[in-house]
Amino acid sequence: MNFEHTEDRRMLADTLNRFVAEQYGFETRNAIAYGDVGMQPALWSQFAELGAIGALFPEADGGFGGAGFDVAVVFEALGRGLVVEPFLGALVVGRALAAAGTPAQKEQIVSLIDGSTVAALAHDEPGSHYEMARVSTRAVRSEGGWALTGAKAVVVQGDNAQLLLVSARTAGAVDSEDGISLFLVPADAAGVARRGMGRIDGGRVAEITLDNVHVGADALLGTEGQGFATLELAVGWGVLALCAEALGAMEVAKKDTLEYLQTRKQFGVPIGSFQALQHRMADLLLEVEQSRSAVINAAAAMDSADRVERERALSAAKFTIGRIGALVSEESIQMHGGIGMTWELPLSHYAKRLVMIDHELGDEDHHLARYMALG
Amino acid sequence: MDLNFTPEEQAFRAEVQAFLQEKLPARIANKVKAGQRLTKEDQEEWHAILNARGWLANHWPAQYGGPGWGAVQKFIFDNECAVAGGPRIVPFGVNMLGPVLIKYGNEAQKQHWLPRILSGADWWCQGYSEPGSGSDLASVKTTAVRGVDAQGAHYIVNGQKTWTTQGQHANMIFCLVRTDREARPQSGISFLLVDMNTPGVEVRPIRTLDGDREVNEVFFTDVRVPAENLVGEENKGWTYAKFLLTYERTGIAGVGFSVAALEKLKVVASKVQRNGRPLDQDPQFAARMAQVEIDLENMKTTNLRVIAAVAGGGVPGAESSMLKIRGTEIRQEILSLIRRAVGPYALPFIEAAQYEGYADAPVGPKEAATAAANYFNYRKLSIFGGSNEIQKNIISKMILGL
Repeated sequence: MNFEHTEDRRMLADTLNRFVAEQYGFETRNAIAYGDVGMQPALWSQFAELGAIGALFPEADGGFGGAGFDVAVVFEALGRGLVVEPFLGALVVGRALAAAGTPAQKEQIVSLIDGSTVAALAHDEPGSHYEMARVSTRAVRSEGGWALTGAKAVVVQGDNAQLLLVSARTAGAVDSEDGISLFLVPADAAGVARRGMGRIDGGRVAEITLDNVHVGADALLGTEGQGFATLELAVGWGVLALCAEALGAMEVAKKDTLEYLQTRKQFGVPIGSFQALQHRMADLLLEVEQSRSAVINAAAAMDSADRVERERALSAAKFTIGRIGALVSEESIQMHGGIGMTWELPLSHYAKRLVMIDHELGDEDHHLARYMALG
Repeated sequence: MDLNFTPEEQAFRAEVQAFLQEKLPARIANKVKAGQRLTKEDQEEWHAILNARGWLANHWPAQYGGPGWGAVQKFIFDNECAVAGGPRIVPFGVNMLGPVLIKYGNEAQKQHWLPRILSGADWWCQGYSEPGSGSDLASVKTTAVRGVDAQGAHYIVNGQKTWTTQGQHANMIFCLVRTDREARPQSGISFLLVDMNTPGVEVRPIRTLDGDREVNEVFFTDVRVPAENLVGEENKGWTYAKFLLTYERTGIAGVGFSVAALEKLKVVASKVQRNGRPLDQDPQFAARMAQVEIDLENMKTTNLRVIAAVAGGGVPGAESSMLKIRGTEIRQEILSLIRRAVGPYALPFIEAAQYEGYADAPVGPKEAATAAANYFNYRKLSIFGGSNEIQKNIISKMILGL
């Protein structure tokens, strides 16, 4: 067994960590994250030039990585820097294109990798509450293509995206896996309305409504009514990415808290000399290492041909990260005391990100239930 | 053993309910229930309503303007208020300074300051914590040097206080200051009342992680304070400070606020759907809700047991630390469940929706607008008022004798 990353991945991680530390420092990050745009196009291009997006895709799709561990390495680095740029959309939409796209559709992956197109997954709906098969948005055949009508909720970076991957029902009951189709919709198509807003942990989301949006026949991704498998696969990549991102954020929260215990004095001694806090910090360390193992399991499972094995590892990881992310967040704030509650301390933003990751692509309850259901 | 309230207590509860029904402004209750932020005017309005009825300073003795209630009545009142959506009484003047002045202040101080607390003429804030002191209050470094000049005896105050909640609204601050640097830490502290409009006092807001600005730093540079603003004796302030802290922790269990929050959680969970059915019928989520409800039921009884033990008068001692720890844990868990219940809608943050008058369409269920921000903001519950770790130290020492 060998738990070391390959030389190439270590170099990628070093490069990214250095870039994020130099170009995406705390003040810069917060100005971007809580600004009106919620991303920084110039920096996004630089990330692309560094190869950070290309690493998410295999060579066959125009990238130079694409394995589970490549994705994990990139997102762990992004988590360390609380990067809000639209990596998740690029990964999820790009992997869906790679999995089910026609040669012409797959060409769009190039523009995702070079950063010129920002993409977003428009799947969740009001009331779907993480449930992947619950799709009310409808697509009906119209002249030369399709007409889409419905509402999509909390689309990450939805107002910055030029390309939306929209799930819509072409048949079946509202919660059926059968009958879901996927469509590539230009965000500026007639009938698309977007209401963008900031997120509590930085970056942007949008509520998107589709009112009889006409797209061509070539907008259909994959087979009509058979979109669920592609969706599940693409979302799976997103789940892995979020877990790795959380791991990166946990590492920083852990490091900052440990430093605080070592330096902050109370009653004349460093507070880290109190056994009560020592034990809690030890628990925290243990839990973060459990998270790392969960990410490793999930990354390794991405290469598995067995769907159930892969999806169970992903749900196991997301459950683990959800539970431990909140724990690390809450414990880090608590052990910092009042200063941990302040905007000026980077830790508080790591804490927010860790909690909010649980609200993306299924929370710990959802993934625990899913893990059980997958058997 | 009879766990029911006596007929007199039940009658009192009905009286409180009727009062709230009639006098608590719906506008304010709606804001509280929505988790929106209150303005200074909202809080002053509610204080004035309570004061008009003689119920504002509800644990002061009758001779100073209190209603003369016992611990059980106060518990009933606090709970009914919270459940009805009444704002938390701003504690610094009414619940903290008031009892200190009544017990340790001189007659002139009582005559002057107590009526002003009741009327709202003064808005007090607390000058206890300092950078680096935190829960170790005996380490305060802000100095007060006594002197006499043409205007009379006075102190010159220099230093910095922090975590001064709602200090931006206050015109007065009660401070722990060091008047003897040679003595051992607890012995050289005095309790001083400072007018915040005095030259040399500067208030700077601290922004919290949820974007709010309710806590502050307060800087003192050569601030002149009349000597008559010293409470009790010089260098004996530690005694008064500890006395005040027992009052700070009384009622900090916040059972009423947890009851209200649990009601809100139930409403959200009945409206939000998961897997085609309301969230409160989802086995996992329902189990989480049930667990915290059981904890809260137990907490209520624990709270009442502590109250019954001191029904003869006074305030709970180390037992209040139990209430603080478990009460804040329960409330944080409920707020966490409300955040979880709104699902992906916890992510969006619209600053204006935290305030009254937000007219745009809500994003997701309307409770979602404040769910995450409140969850983050109320992480403070286990930190302030003596962190829960400090409370455990108190229990270890005072109750367990360890």
